[in-house]
Amino acid sequence: MRSVLLFTALAFAAHAETIFIRNATVLTVTKGTIQNGSVLIQDGKVAAVGKFLSPGLIDCHSHTAVEGSVNEGSLSDSSMVNIADVLDPSDINIYRALAGGLTVSNVLHGSANAIGGQTIVIKLRWGRPAKDLIFEGAKPGIKFALGENPKRQGYPAEFFSSPAAQERRYPGTRLGVEDEIREDFTQAKIYQNKWKLYNDSLAHGEHPIPPRRDLRLEPLVEVLEGKRYVHAHSYRADEILALIRTADEMGFKIRTFQHVLEGYKVAKEIAAHGAGASTFSDWYGYKYEVIDATPYNAAIMTRKGVVVSLNSDSDELQRHLNWDAAKVVRYGGMTPDEALAMVTINPAKQLGIDDKVGSIEPGKSADLVLYDQHPLSNYSKVLKVWIDGRQYFDLAQDLKDRDTRAARKKELLAKEKADEDAAKKKAEADKKEAKPPKEGTV
Amino acid sequence: MTVSGADLPKATVLVKDGLITDVGPSLAIPADAWVIDGSGLIVYPGFINALSTWGIPDLAPATPAAGQRATATPTPTQQPAQQQTPQPRVHGPEDRPQNNSYERAADLVKPTDRRLEGVRAVGFTSSATFPNRGIFAGEGALIDLAGDRGADMVVAQPIGEQIILRSGGFRSGFPGSLMGLISYVRQLYLDLDQYQQAKAIYAAHVTGTPRPEYDHYLEGLAEAPRILLPADQAQQIDRIAAFANELKKPAVLYGLHEAFLRVDALKQSNLPVLVNLHWPDKPREPDPADVPSLRELELRANAPGVPAQLNKAGVPFAFYSEGADSGPDLKKQVKKAIDAGLPLAAAIRALTLSPAQIYGLSDRLGTIDKGKIANLVVTKGEAFEDKTTVEYVFVDGKLFKPSKVPPASPAGERGRN
Repeated sequence: MRSVLLFTALAFAAHAETIFIRNATVLTVTKGTIQNGSVLIQDGKVAAVGKFLSPGLIDCHSHTAVEGSVNEGSLSDSSMVNIADVLDPSDINIYRALAGGLTVSNVLHGSANAIGGQTIVIKLRWGRPAKDLIFEGAKPGIKFALGENPKRQGYPAEFFSSPAAQERRYPGTRLGVEDEIREDFTQAKIYQNKWKLYNDSLAHGEHPIPPRRDLRLEPLVEVLEGKRYVHAHSYRADEILALIRTADEMGFKIRTFQHVLEGYKVAKEIAAHGAGASTFSDWYGYKYEVIDATPYNAAIMTRKGVVVSLNSDSDELQRHLNWDAAKVVRYGGMTPDEALAMVTINPAKQLGIDDKVGSIEPGKSADLVLYDQHPLSNYSKVLKVWIDGRQYFDLAQDLKDRDTRAARKKELLAKEKADEDAAKKKAEADKKEAKPPKEGTV
Repeated sequence: MTVSGADLPKATVLVKDGLITDVGPSLAIPADAWVIDGSGLIVYPGFINALSTWGIPDLAPATPAAGQRATATPTPTQQPAQQQTPQPRVHGPEDRPQNNSYERAADLVKPTDRRLEGVRAVGFTSSATFPNRGIFAGEGALIDLAGDRGADMVVAQPIGEQIILRSGGFRSGFPGSLMGLISYVRQLYLDLDQYQQAKAIYAAHVTGTPRPEYDHYLEGLAEAPRILLPADQAQQIDRIAAFANELKKPAVLYGLHEAFLRVDALKQSNLPVLVNLHWPDKPREPDPADVPSLRELELRANAPGVPAQLNKAGVPFAFYSEGADSGPDLKKQVKKAIDAGLPLAAAIRALTLSPAQIYGLSDRLGTIDKGKIANLVVTKGEAFEDKTTVEYVFVDGKLFKPSKVPPASPAGERGRN
């Protein structure tokens, strides 16, 4: 935690007037000439000279900074749980992701059940308490999941001796997953109506007993009212189409299909629904339901008019989303700008925050990443990262901090050892006194 | 050492019928009084454990070998492991899983708990005792640590509802995650609001209004005057302090080992806290391949300094034991806090007046004042020093001499069984 404090202090110190010059041919004299380079000016001094400045990267599918399980897998609809309740700002993965240029994450519930928990968009403001991570003004979401994960009924009771083993969970098929979602929204509508009747009755001067507030159904009512986005974990074309039909029937919208590895088969339908697609660059073949996946997925969906982003779904992958974006240049012939858009402006659009982040334009938050080389090159390194104009990562400082932390660790271990030795010595000395142990000493 | 005011050298404490009837220098001593000479001795108010299971015999660890720290707290929610039939599925908060909100410590305490003698011997005379079963872990009672029957021990009840954020994990029923636990607690306090509203409306319009359903679990929550919520790490302190605020009920945080990172935030929150005396320690037989993280090392180094920091900042705090249940162990752990900068007087306060205030019972416990319950500990030497011995302990005015052989005194040992 000392490192947290250290870093916070530095970050705050760096929040002075900052000027950035970009698209310049920089004549360093000593280090050669940089075409289209950038220069950062802080406190009147040139603090960094880099070549490439990009908007902060945005991950539309993350499970980082969550304390405890990311799944409340006990129920088929666990929409009462909220990721915002369990954010852990001390999760080191936040810092590691920052070091890879990531500035915004859509932190999602897992995919264990048809309707998972409420989700939250965060800015990776490392060193700040949880409430300061939450992206102000970003609409909250809710996680849905289709296919194998939600239809897995749990292990048979005899599989494990835990007395906590419960009866199997419904549903056990893809049909059942759709039924579960339809049933939950039907309940949400009844619940919505209950409150309407209650308020009507109040208005008529009656004395009705208020309905019980139901934290499971309230988020679904918000979905129906357009106040909450649906992010739906999905793989197969048939389940994607089924969910679109269910959503149309129940009167809500899917904001993004997540993973959506067969999205290329139903891209027109996804675009017509108005949903975005957040997929992997080249992660496929890891289980049977993704057998028909292709790394051309992102490119094909883009050409069919879908707003596509590339996500991490992983604490490791989130550290280099720029390199993942580079893969769609290879698979599908996207331009470098289109590739970068998939980890910047496109996820911003999907999360409804493209008026605030996702590109370098006047008026947007200064969420910026400075690289030594083009970010689509796998030789590129992140040099500095700013969020809201405040520096949260500096590669040079990071290297120094490592020494500080190592020294502190050594110091603490030495002190523990010394204390232990002293205690041993004292115990031996006490023994030598050879008095019978006296009870009741305070 | 009265704790309420200045120390009184060469003073007399008069005790009658379980109460302190007078305290001060040169008191007139009633003719029928049994006089104990206090020369060279110090009298403190009896120590209070601010959160424990003391007095509930079922919750005592199985084999508390003398001088050895009891291991983990038992998890009474676990049923016999051989059971193979699946449990009925829990559908959510409405099924009230792991909920013992109505269980009262006052109904469970007995003087037969074998831990009591050992902790009395180091000066503990009272405990805020909670049943500690499930997530809604029941209603606590402030008890004295001696009596002929359980009922004799109860000073006040209910004093609070303890919430334990403990889940069975991924494959168990709801709640199976930390976020599930939090949503469950949130839902139940919303239900409580609605329940109380519904009852009020019903009472005003009985005829013609459908009656609200009786809810045993909510009745338990309604009774408790405060909620005890766990928060150990820095981010948990932030989270739970905000959550307590959201619940709009008087709350007390317990745990607090990483509070050295959140002293200012705690000060601002105005929440009283209970600091766990079981300081984090190196694993007994560490895996040589395990390198502790810097955070872990900082925690071990700084946790015993938390009381000193809270004291300096003026955050109200009391001590409690979790798994540090043996007398000598408790003494050692308090000493660690003192060695880390906590003044002795503040340590005594955290074991006497502070817990009494936190539970709203400072009108009867926590200081040596006229009219208070006669819970006293008498030492030769300053408390928590190595060579100091406890000479006498009074619980409800009854004398206990903490030595191996019960003394043949007129009043002593009645509470021991």
